[in-house]
Amino acid sequence: MRDMIVSELTQAMQELARGFAHFLPRLIVMLIIAFVGWVIAYILKVVLRAILRLAQFDKLSESAGAAHLLTQAALPSSTELLSRFGFWVAWLGFLLLGVSVLGIAGLQEHISNFFLFLPRLFVALVIVFFGLLAASFFSRAALLAAVNANLPSPRLLSLSIRTIIIVFVLSMVFEELGVGEQTMLVTFGTAFGAVMLGFAIAFGLGGQRLAQRFLERRFLPGTKEEKEDELPPL
Amino acid sequence: MAEESVLRDDFLRQLISVGEVDILVGLATHNNAKTVGPVVKAIQAGILTYFPRERAAIINADGGSRDGTPDLVTRVSIDDARPAGNLRTLRTLHSISTHYGNGPSGSALRTILAAAELLRAKACAVISPESVNIEPDWISRLLRPIYNENFDLVLPLYRRHKFEGLLMRNVIYPMTRSLYGCRIREPYATEFGFSGRLGSDFVNRDIWSHEMARSGPELPLTVAAMTGGYRLYQSFLGTKAPMDRGSNDLVPALRHTVGALFWSLQPNFAVWSASPNSQPVPTVGPESEVALEPVRVNRKRLRDAFLTGVAELDPVFRSILSPSTLAELQQIAGRSEDDFRYPAELWVKTVYEFAVSYHKSVMSRDHIIQALAPLYRGRMFSFLAENRNGSAEDIEHNIETLCGEFERLRPYLLKMWNGGE
Repeated sequence: MRDMIVSELTQAMQELARGFAHFLPRLIVMLIIAFVGWVIAYILKVVLRAILRLAQFDKLSESAGAAHLLTQAALPSSTELLSRFGFWVAWLGFLLLGVSVLGIAGLQEHISNFFLFLPRLFVALVIVFFGLLAASFFSRAALLAAVNANLPSPRLLSLSIRTIIIVFVLSMVFEELGVGEQTMLVTFGTAFGAVMLGFAIAFGLGGQRLAQRFLERRFLPGTKEEKEDELPPL
Repeated sequence: MAEESVLRDDFLRQLISVGEVDILVGLATHNNAKTVGPVVKAIQAGILTYFPRERAAIINADGGSRDGTPDLVTRVSIDDARPAGNLRTLRTLHSISTHYGNGPSGSALRTILAAAELLRAKACAVISPESVNIEPDWISRLLRPIYNENFDLVLPLYRRHKFEGLLMRNVIYPMTRSLYGCRIREPYATEFGFSGRLGSDFVNRDIWSHEMARSGPELPLTVAAMTGGYRLYQSFLGTKAPMDRGSNDLVPALRHTVGALFWSLQPNFAVWSASPNSQPVPTVGPESEVALEPVRVNRKRLRDAFLTGVAELDPVFRSILSPSTLAELQQIAGRSEDDFRYPAELWVKTVYEFAVSYHKSVMSRDHIIQALAPLYRGRMFSFLAENRNGSAEDIEHNIETLCGEFERLRPYLLKMWNGGE
């Protein structure tokens, strides 16, 4: 009886030792991959930061309005944020690669799903950045044009344009990420349609005289804006 | 060769058949049928009277007129000019019209410059087709200093109303004078003369792919002459043709003048950063002649535009102006109409900070230029209020004071340009 227990224990210990001996190299490989991955990710971060600084990416994001959002959220500059993002994506990729070496059942599928999701996440980030850039540019253009044309409520006009573009960009981002595609599409369609209908009614009914003046100026030849009391600047 | 890409084949053939000329007068037109006839006659009379022995050509670069302008230019016979003054010419006076396409207006000047280079013209002049009060002697005043005295750029001086050309008096003249050291009253001119060598140098510069050079190359031409060691001259022409009020919109005018001036600062940094104090240039006629007739101006609208701009464009100004300048602007915006003054020093700082923001591209450069419009209107309100009952001497004194401020604050511009504040 005693011998049997000892034998079973010995066998179990041997199997554990064999299993551990079998697992240990994989763990070491994983750790090596994680370490090498960290080094590569760090180099990638430094290179990416240098490239972005060279390309004056902070200035671009400032003109896009992204820098303002980041400051409000107490986040670092867009160059730093993007280079850190690159670091974590790269290192996480290496970590997952290392974990897959361990051969733990069930993890493989999740890991491959993560790698498939990465390009979509990247595209979504690009859409957000250029969307903010477009929103900032067009809202500012509308603001300046409205102020110089002496139109009423220039900021409201500018804000409306900014909101429409951002809503449009968000719907594109969610569609890209595959999050609530149908809901976002319906929400955007309804909101956009409502805003446009509101503008049309406001312009056609509320601003009847303004609409008439605008259309006459635009389409009737010889109808010039009254500027007889302005001095020619040149 | 610039002309290879600019000149159309049929135009090139016509130019080749002309050969070489001594005098070339360029006319950039676009739907100017109402005014161009008398202008061409005056140009012809000027050439026949003052350059009867020289080979001459009139080049019309047309931007696709639909009112028959090019036909009017080429149809005006030389005989129309002869009987009036009993004029005789020993040479043929060529008159050629070409269509430069639907591009920006700068393409017209580029076409004229390229034609002048191909024809090896010694002295060239550009005349505005809207200058209805042109006299034949304008041709002599613009071309003689180049043809006889080897000057390279002749810019006009006009008799103006005291409240006309305020953009020129409040920004373009004082700023070019301060930075480039030449006291040129009309750096952006619709009539001017240039030598063949300056024209040839300018047309072959690598600037024409840039929007600013293509849309308004007149000011860059003046800057090129000031920075390139060319000889400049000013010639009094008389009263400037009355401008159609409202035809000269502020924002496009700012783009062509202030935009071009800001744009010129970067490539010429080495010149203006080391430029000594300004010097007068040789001038014939009075430097400044001012008409004082009363004129109706809606000053309230100017002030309202300024107040709206300061209130509504706050986020834009925060990116362009320094906090102290913006705070001063907000302070003067809060004053009553009677107390409202936009002082020269604050105006100069505003303009310089806009120039630096343009250089650093803190946002779309066109947006920076557009954002200056309401502030310019505020400055105009102040200028009109200060000079309402001012004599010609008072106006001249105030302009001179403003020029002094632009020169005094040049180190401020330099400091900001190099990253200070």
